[in-house]
Amino acid sequence: MANDRKVLLKIEGLRIEGYADEKWVEIVHGVDLTLHRGEVLGLIGESGAGKSTIGLAAMGFARDGCRISGGSVEFDGMELTTTPEADRRVLRGSRVAYVAQSAAASFNPAHKLIDQHTEAPVHYRIRKRMESQEDAMELYERLRLPNPREIGFRYPHQVSGGQLQRAMTAMAMACRPDLIIFDEPTTALDVTTQIEVLAAIRDIVDQFNTAAIYITHDLAVVAQMADLIKVLLKGDEVEEADTRTMLESPREDYTKTLWAVRSFQRPQKSRPDGDAIPIVSVDRIDASYGATRVLEDVSFDVHAGMTVAVVGESGSGKSTAARCITGLLPPAKGRILFAGEELPASFRARSKDQLRQAQMIYQMADTALNPKVRISDIIGRPAEFYGGLKGVALKNRVDELLDLIELDPSKFYSRYPPELSGGQKQRIGIARALAAEPSFIICDEVTSALDQLVAEGILRLLDRLQNELNLAYMFITHDLATVRSIADEVVVMKQGRVVEQGPKDVMFTPPHHPYTDLLLSSVPEMDPNWLNTVLEERGVDNIGEAART
Amino acid sequence: MGDVTRIILTRLGLGLLTLLVISVLIFGAVELLPGDIAQAVLGQGATEENLRALRTELGLDRSAPVRYVDWLSGAVVGDFGVSLLTQSPVTDVIAPRFANTLFLAAYAAVIAVPVAIVLGVIVALLRNSLFDRVANVATLTSISSPEFFLGYILILYLSVKTGMFPAIAKLSDDLTFIELLDRTFLPALTMVLVVVAHMMRMTRAAIINLLASPYIEMARLKGTPAWKVIARHALPNAWAPIINVVALNLAYLITGVVLVEVVFVYPGIGQLLVDAVTKRDFPVVQACCLIFAATFILLNLAADVGAILTNPRLRHPK
Repeated sequence: MANDRKVLLKIEGLRIEGYADEKWVEIVHGVDLTLHRGEVLGLIGESGAGKSTIGLAAMGFARDGCRISGGSVEFDGMELTTTPEADRRVLRGSRVAYVAQSAAASFNPAHKLIDQHTEAPVHYRIRKRMESQEDAMELYERLRLPNPREIGFRYPHQVSGGQLQRAMTAMAMACRPDLIIFDEPTTALDVTTQIEVLAAIRDIVDQFNTAAIYITHDLAVVAQMADLIKVLLKGDEVEEADTRTMLESPREDYTKTLWAVRSFQRPQKSRPDGDAIPIVSVDRIDASYGATRVLEDVSFDVHAGMTVAVVGESGSGKSTAARCITGLLPPAKGRILFAGEELPASFRARSKDQLRQAQMIYQMADTALNPKVRISDIIGRPAEFYGGLKGVALKNRVDELLDLIELDPSKFYSRYPPELSGGQKQRIGIARALAAEPSFIICDEVTSALDQLVAEGILRLLDRLQNELNLAYMFITHDLATVRSIADEVVVMKQGRVVEQGPKDVMFTPPHHPYTDLLLSSVPEMDPNWLNTVLEERGVDNIGEAART
Repeated sequence: MGDVTRIILTRLGLGLLTLLVISVLIFGAVELLPGDIAQAVLGQGATEENLRALRTELGLDRSAPVRYVDWLSGAVVGDFGVSLLTQSPVTDVIAPRFANTLFLAAYAAVIAVPVAIVLGVIVALLRNSLFDRVANVATLTSISSPEFFLGYILILYLSVKTGMFPAIAKLSDDLTFIELLDRTFLPALTMVLVVVAHMMRMTRAAIINLLASPYIEMARLKGTPAWKVIARHALPNAWAPIINVVALNLAYLITGVVLVEVVFVYPGIGQLLVDAVTKRDFPVVQACCLIFAATFILLNLAADVGAILTNPRLRHPK
C-alpha cells in the first residue's frame, strides 16, 4: 500500500552472531526487510526468533555479546554497518528511537521523567531545555496522560506501569524520529491498560507519520498496529505480507500453527450433583500485608477433578488468595477448609499430610528450580519427604513421574535445570508438584512466561493429568484465552474482592458484571478492526477512565 | 521525609545500643589483661603497702560491675578518669592526639576519596582496556604492601634521595598551615595509597554491575555518549555501595594507622594507645577504644544515611 513512498530502511541479508560457550554462533541467518516512511511493520515470532535483535540492528546497535556479521542495514541512504559508532550514536539520538518492553525498568530510577525526556534533544541541540520540556508536556497530553503539565516532574517509581509506557512513547517522540522500534511495549501490562497504550501509540504514530517496527509475540496486538507483518522463526524469515492477507490466508505451515494456537479447548465439567464437599473451600477470608488490606471477604470452592480459574489484573489479590490457601500468609479473618475440615491458618501448624495435599506450580520455572540441583533430586525430594521412598523405589518413582510429564527419564534423570528449555523446566515444576501426590494444585500464571505453542503443550498436559489423577486446579491467570481453554469455573477478582463467579459458560455469556465486561472486551482479537470498534463503543475519552477505576 | 527521619533516628538508637555493648566488651577485655595493674604501674620494686595504697586509690578493691558503672557514668559526661602515667585528666591527654589523627585522616581522605571515585569511573568507562589493567595492578600492589613498607619506600625516594618532603612528621605549635601540609605529606600519601584501591575497585564494580540494566541500554539507545551513560545514568544508582566502602575506609584512616604514625613519628592517637597498653594506663586504653568504636559506628551510620538519601524511592515517596 505504501510502495509509492520513499524507502526509509532497507535491510538485506542481515546476519547477527551471539557469543556463547566461547564461540560465535549465528542467531539471525540473513533476513531482508524494507520499510517505507510512515509504514508500520509487525515482527512476530516466538522467543529466540531474533525479533529484538533485528529491531536493534535497525538502529545500528548490537547488544553486548552480539555482533552484526554480515549483510547491510541502510537507513535513509546511510549504511549503518560501516558507519563509525559516533555517527550511529547521533542517529540514535535524533532519528531512530526505541520503546522497551518494561518501561518500569527502562526509565532510570534516579532521574525525573521529564529530565530523561529532554536528555537527547538537548544533547543534540535539537531543542533548548525549556522548549523540550514544553514539548514533553504537549506529548504527554496527546498521549492522554493525567496531569500532563505535572506528571513529568515525578520519578519513575511514582507513576504506574501503563503511564510509564506512554511516557516512554513520548520520550521516543522527543526528537520527532523517522523510525521508532517498539519492542513488546504492552507485554508487561494488564489487558485493560494495554488497550489504552495501544490506542495512544497508534494515534501518535499516525499523527507524526512516523515509521515503526512493532515487535510482539501477540498476533492479535500486531493485527491492530501493523500495516505489514513479518513472521520470524529461529532467526529466519518465514513469510511477509500485509496484515489482512496474513491474517486471512497465511501461506506457510508454521504461520498457520501460530494462528491456530488458541484452538485448544477441553469440554467443561460441572460440579457433582447434590452437596458434594469441595476439596478446597475458601470461606470469607480477609488478609493484609502489614496495614494494607489486600483481600476482603473472599469466598470460593474448588471441587475434586475440576479447574477453577482466578482472573484479575495485577494487584487484584489472586496470588494473595493462593498464599492464604497454602498457609504462607495466615488470613486475618475467615477459614480455609480442606475436604470439609478446617486447616490451621499457618503452614507451620499444618500436618505433613495436610501440606502434601496442596502443591504449587510457579510462573517462573527459571527461578522456581534450583539451577545447581539435578532433575532427579528436584523431583525425588518431595517423593522422599512425603512418601518416604528410598533407593530403587525412589528412582522408579522419579522415572514414573518423568514419564507422566512426557520427558524421557533416560535423558533427563541426571541433568540440571539450565540445560532445559522453558517448557521443559515448567514440566519439571509440574512433576515436582505431582511427586507429593496432591489432590489440589495451585497453578500461578504457569503459562504466561511461555511461548504460545509451548504454553498449549503445558495446558494439554495439565488437562491429561487432571483426568488421570482426578486433580483439582486453582488456575491463577490474567490471560482470558487460557481461561477459555481450560477452566470449568471462573472467579473474577478486583482490588482484593471477588466481583463475580460462576461456571465458565455462564461467565462468558452476557450479561456480565461491568468489570468482567471490561476485562473481556479488552482482550485483543485477531480482527484488525477490533481496536477501532472497541474504542468507538467505549468513546475514546473514557478508556482511561475505565482502566483507572 | 518523615520516613527518612524515622529511619535515621532508629539507626542512631541502634548505634548507641551497639556502643553500650562495646563498652562492656572493652571494660571486660581490660579486666582480663594478665597480671596486677598496680604491680605493672609501680614496677617490681614496689612495696606491699604502696601497692595496696594504689589499689585503693584506683578503686581496684571494689567489684568489677561497680567500677564499670562508675566508669560509664563518667564517660557519658566526658570524664574518662585520670591517666595513671601523667596524672592529668584522660580527656586532656587524648584531645590533642585525636585532633592530630583527625587532621591526618582528613588530609588523606580529601585526596583519596575524589581520586578513588574519579579513577573508578574512568576504569569503568575504559573497562578491560590497558589503562584499566594498569590501574588495577598498581592499586592492588599498593594495597597489598604493608603500610610501614610503603612508608619507608616513600621516605627513601621522596625524602632521602630527592629531599622533596621531610621524612619525619614532627609537629610544633608555630607551624603555618602550608608547612603543616608539607610536613605531613608523606604519612598522608602512604595512607592514600593504602585506601584508594579498595574504594576505586568498589566504584568500578558498582558501576559495571549496573551496566546490564535496561535503563542503561535505554540511555545508549537514546544516543547518550559513553561517558555520560556512566556519569549520569550509572553513577547516581551506584552510590549506596560506594558510600559504604568509603565510610569503612574513613574509619580505617582514623583507627588503623598506628604503623604509619610509628614510621613517621607522628603524634597521633594510635601511638598513644600503644604506649598506654604497654604501660597499663588503662583509663587511656579504655577511652581510646571507646572513641574508635564510636568512630566506626558513626561512620557506618553516616553511610546508611547517605545510602538512604541517594535512593530516590526513599527521598520521594509515592
